[in-house]
Amino acid sequence: MVDVAPPETEGLAPADRSRMKVSDEVAIEISGMNKWFGQFHVLRDIDLTVYRGERIVICGPSGSGKSTLIRCINALEEHQRGQIVVDGTELSTNLRNIDTIRSDVGMVFQHFNLFPHLTILENCTLAPIWVRKIPKKEAEETAMHFLTKVKIPEQADKYPGQLSGGQQQRVAIARSLCMRPKIMLFDEPTSALDPEMIKEVLDTMIELAEEGMTMLVVTHEMGFARQVANRVIFMDQGQIVEQNEPEAFFGNPQNERTKLFLSQILGH
Amino acid sequence: MSDTHAEAAQLAFVRQEPIPPAPPPVAEAGIVKWLRDNLFSSVPNAILTLASLWAIWWLLSSSMPWVFNGVWDAGSLRECREILDGATGACWAVVRERWAQLVFGVTYPEEAYWRPATAFVLLFVALAPVLFPKAPRSLLPFTAVYPFLAYFLVWGGSVWVPVMAAAGFVVGYLVFQRLVAQSFAMGFFGAIAAALVFWWVAGFVTPTLTAIAPITLEAVESRNMGGFMLNLILGTVCVSLSLPIGIALALGRQSGMPVVKWICIVFIEFIRGVPLITLLFVANVVLAYFLPPNSTFDLILRVIIMITMFASAYIAEVVRGGLAALPKGQYEAASALGLDYPQAMRLIILPQALKISIPGIVNVAVGLFKDTTLVSVIAMFDLVGMIRGPILASTDWNGVYWELFGFAAALFFVVCYGISQYSQWLERQLQTDRR
Repeated sequence: MVDVAPPETEGLAPADRSRMKVSDEVAIEISGMNKWFGQFHVLRDIDLTVYRGERIVICGPSGSGKSTLIRCINALEEHQRGQIVVDGTELSTNLRNIDTIRSDVGMVFQHFNLFPHLTILENCTLAPIWVRKIPKKEAEETAMHFLTKVKIPEQADKYPGQLSGGQQQRVAIARSLCMRPKIMLFDEPTSALDPEMIKEVLDTMIELAEEGMTMLVVTHEMGFARQVANRVIFMDQGQIVEQNEPEAFFGNPQNERTKLFLSQILGH
Repeated sequence: MSDTHAEAAQLAFVRQEPIPPAPPPVAEAGIVKWLRDNLFSSVPNAILTLASLWAIWWLLSSSMPWVFNGVWDAGSLRECREILDGATGACWAVVRERWAQLVFGVTYPEEAYWRPATAFVLLFVALAPVLFPKAPRSLLPFTAVYPFLAYFLVWGGSVWVPVMAAAGFVVGYLVFQRLVAQSFAMGFFGAIAAALVFWWVAGFVTPTLTAIAPITLEAVESRNMGGFMLNLILGTVCVSLSLPIGIALALGRQSGMPVVKWICIVFIEFIRGVPLITLLFVANVVLAYFLPPNSTFDLILRVIIMITMFASAYIAEVVRGGLAALPKGQYEAASALGLDYPQAMRLIILPQALKISIPGIVNVAVGLFKDTTLVSVIAMFDLVGMIRGPILASTDWNGVYWELFGFAAALFFVVCYGISQYSQWLERQLQTDRR
């Protein structure tokens, strides 16, 4: 039996769980999904149902397929077998379906992936103007609204290269929000950040969760998982090994591999 | 014990007054410091400086008298020598006497010189909104009209030929707008088909239109074009055509569609593997075998096609380098926001990839412009062809090599250095990642 210390939530803004409501409406339905990279079987028989308003944290050792899983949800990766239904639309090779789903699903990357040749404001207004066909003025107002929300409205006219990592990641979140997504995917949003910048990004994400956004977050920030998630999923070798509510997941992990993983990332 | 106390008391220190800034010593500032740092920092360095100064002096002292003591007013090389009477001096009179031939060629009609000259001046007006972001956007329609206007000015003939050519593009664009909503490929091929049909019909209509409204300039055949004008025509047309074609080839080479990809690879690798001069000979001689007898497929057009193909293969490889240098995350972020392929390319990928490619593209453009002198080998009288042919072969100017080729070099240098300076300015303009 491995002794597991509860994850620290110190320093993070306290999350108001009463406002995070899970409805019984299905947002994402994944059934029997398999994916290969060449010969390598990277995702195996994934079944996952995500309800609207859920905050799901996915963790696991590197190479376990957690990033690949959420990248399949907006078709950045193609799956070979099984079904993914996002918001009632099935992901197929039909390009129109894929573009529709992508514009409704926001994604935040580990390395921010802001567009360096555009200003912060232009980064945020580009997709609304070209994909949603929103008038420029209106798109700029929306962008300023979300930039204010992530607390960097004063940087609107700068270029991404002039911002710190934490600021860039908050811009990336604002850029996704400008598309008014129904679901947000986070692919290790804090892994490329200095420790003092992690908090500002996590605080932004907590705020988002409190507003009822459906979120799938791949992260190793267990404090965040404990505070915000309503479900924690542990993946290993391309499979979902264990999933549970955070209390039970951290307090009483069942699978040996989960216990080992938790003791490695929490037990120091 | 008391010793250590005393020492500690001496070590402790508090500054009461800040030290005011003082000017640096004379040897550490201004021109003296610059000379010391850059020219005489060590003995070998000082020797090199002195040797270089001597070399510069020697070059200038032996060439400048020749340049500035030149004769500008003479009718032949013999007259030049009589005027100089043994002194060193260039015979610039050849440039003055044959100026019109050097610029327009031998057979371009003299009374029509104003036409290419006007086209040349208007070229800058047309390029301004493309090259300089601060130039008024309202000039862009003129840029679109310019190619047809320039053709009309330089070649002359009926105004309806370029008008119909332009109208074909408009028809193609309208069809594209109509069909692109269904699919990009459909819009693209529909537009090409519509334009071709329009041009085919226009071929029958144009003579009638000319008869009804005879707006014409005296027609000048392609074989009468020559001099630096020919280099400028070839250079401008080929650069502006090869850039979009090169970008398309680079994107095609990256394409997920195997047929498109292989066509692009084969084209690029084949063209890059063949010397330009071979392609020019093909344009001049071999193409004639494949064309129906008595067909008049313009020689300049054939040369333009060959040089454009050649340059676009090189530009494609330069752009491919720029595309490869972009992190994969840029493609992913663009897709994740729901941008489709043309939007992602136009708004995200190409602006960044082309910015990286600017030095390489300019390199190709400058090289291409200088390579236009190769047409002198296939009996076209461009600037170098004029010098090697009619001028040096004339009894008056036989033997004036230095002056003529020096003049040609100076003309090309001005244009190429201008292009190079522009590209460096553009790179500074586009630099957004500085902190």
